[in-house]
Amino acid sequence: MSVYFLCLVLFSIGLYCVLRKRNIIKIIIGIAIMEYAINLFFILIAYRWQGRAPIMAQGREILGMVDPIPQALILTSIVIGLSVLALLVGIALRIFDKYNTFDITKIKRLKG
Amino acid sequence: MLALFIVISLGAAFLISLFGRKSKVFCDITCNISTFALFLLSLNSLFVVRQYSTVVYKIGGWIPPLGICLVLDGFSAFMLVTLNLVSFLIAIYSINYMEKYTDKYKFYSLFMLMVAGMNGVILTGDIFNLFVFLEIASVASYALVAFGVEAEELEASFKYAVIGVISSSFILLGIGLLYAYTSTLNMADISLTIAQKGFSSVILFVSVLFMAGFGIKSALVPFHAWLPDAHPSAPASISAMLSGVLIKVLGIYSLMRIFFNIFGVTEVMLTILTALGAISLLVGVFLAIGQWDLKRLLAYHSISQIGYVVLSIGLGTPLGILGGLFHLFNHSIFKSLLFLNSGAVEYATDNRDLKKMGGLKEKMPVTSNTSWIASMSISGIPPFNGFWSKLIIILACVQADRIGLAFIAVIGSILTLASFMKVQKFAFLGKLNTTLDKIKEVPVSMRLSMIIFAAICLFGGLLLIPHLMEYFLKPAVNVLVSGTEYAFTVLGG
Repeated sequence: MSVYFLCLVLFSIGLYCVLRKRNIIKIIIGIAIMEYAINLFFILIAYRWQGRAPIMAQGREILGMVDPIPQALILTSIVIGLSVLALLVGIALRIFDKYNTFDITKIKRLKG
Repeated sequence: MLALFIVISLGAAFLISLFGRKSKVFCDITCNISTFALFLLSLNSLFVVRQYSTVVYKIGGWIPPLGICLVLDGFSAFMLVTLNLVSFLIAIYSINYMEKYTDKYKFYSLFMLMVAGMNGVILTGDIFNLFVFLEIASVASYALVAFGVEAEELEASFKYAVIGVISSSFILLGIGLLYAYTSTLNMADISLTIAQKGFSSVILFVSVLFMAGFGIKSALVPFHAWLPDAHPSAPASISAMLSGVLIKVLGIYSLMRIFFNIFGVTEVMLTILTALGAISLLVGVFLAIGQWDLKRLLAYHSISQIGYVVLSIGLGTPLGILGGLFHLFNHSIFKSLLFLNSGAVEYATDNRDLKKMGGLKEKMPVTSNTSWIASMSISGIPPFNGFWSKLIIILACVQADRIGLAFIAVIGSILTLASFMKVQKFAFLGKLNTTLDKIKEVPVSMRLSMIIFAAICLFGGLLLIPHLMEYFLKPAVNVLVSGTEYAFTVLGG
């Protein structure tokens, strides 16, 4: 149970980082932490104590295997996370070109 | 047939990004043909739904609780028609409008990716698949908001992307918890398992996560901060797409599908929905009325009109749901038209500030007349479609004995009228601003698409004729009214 709780703490650290930090790069790192926390959570759901890989083989009985579905889901979600991260870093670089700063309190031309 | 919706749009995106660099004509033709084909297919899906009521397509032949399936029912068919109609007309508009940007092929391929993502969200019957398609559509839209790569656009896109990522994280966390609780990902199967296990605090927590996640995607008021930055910064055809369909498909559709069809709707949920709707309605319109940037004003109106939709569906009565869905369709038509008008004005005058416009009616008759129709429609003036849906919403409020909500809806409508009177007065009527002597009417493809939208605004009220309603609105309303029977129809058929 405490593992799930720690996982939630990791998620909250990421969320705090996104909401409170002023540096664009730190915000992006916060997003990465959030994504990792969720990926970890999925893997924890699937985990069994002393479980083994769910590979079928002839003549072998499989007892107590881990759940393969969340592992398959996490592959997809890692790829999505990577693409979002790449896009965010790209935008951050362009922002640095235009504003010459990473501080979000100085990047505020949109108001109202 | 159902897989075609995703295959055509993804295939077009792939082809355009592969061969589009060479010739612009190829991009125009591919994009328009594929969106037109999607539109025809979605019209066809209306008849399919009329005949079979629910169609389930099993990908790879796996039976539903194990494999991924695509589900077409009344609600999906309704959303498909709305989405593909708007995307087809916007593709026509983009032929000329996007000429002023470089790299037109990148625009088209991102546009088709976004359409593919939204088609997938509407059709899928698997909750993780819904998340994947939702991310495809949102990542494409983050990139499209930053398409102009000017300082403001990048800033808006960054803000939008960060908030969007937070909302998707919430949704993914919710899906994880739901999987841990029910050990299945098929939406119909989840619904059955929840019905067996009964309501527990896990479901409550997941509901909160989904409400926050999809609430951010649909820009309901406590979560609306990104919308007025992101929507005006995009190119006009994308603003129309974002305001017209993206927030509805990713936000409202997913929210309604999950809360009505999977969890089974409860009294608390309905109260939350109506409250969120009423707040968005008032806050959106109050913020809109003071804006001087034309597109920003329209973006705030999107918030307020989404408030109408959520408020009406949140009433939970069949009449309320009918009004909400009809208003959803109408809003996607007239708000796209208004954004296209603002794009046309920007195209001709290179300016979005209402104070610097004036008297455009002489120079741009098509733009000003269509925008007049759209303004009257959004503020609910009789012959146009907006009037009929607002009338149904107000009637539904009265019928459900919620006079206060009806009053709020009327106030919102009056304030909307006031702010659009302001747009008409400063932009199109009055004396021609001397700096704008040399402007011309926009090119033919932009005019054509605006005229078609205006015609739909004018005749949209006809959809309420009983015979047409049987095809278009009734099946969608029935799906939401029947609630968790969704599970049996999907798994049984």
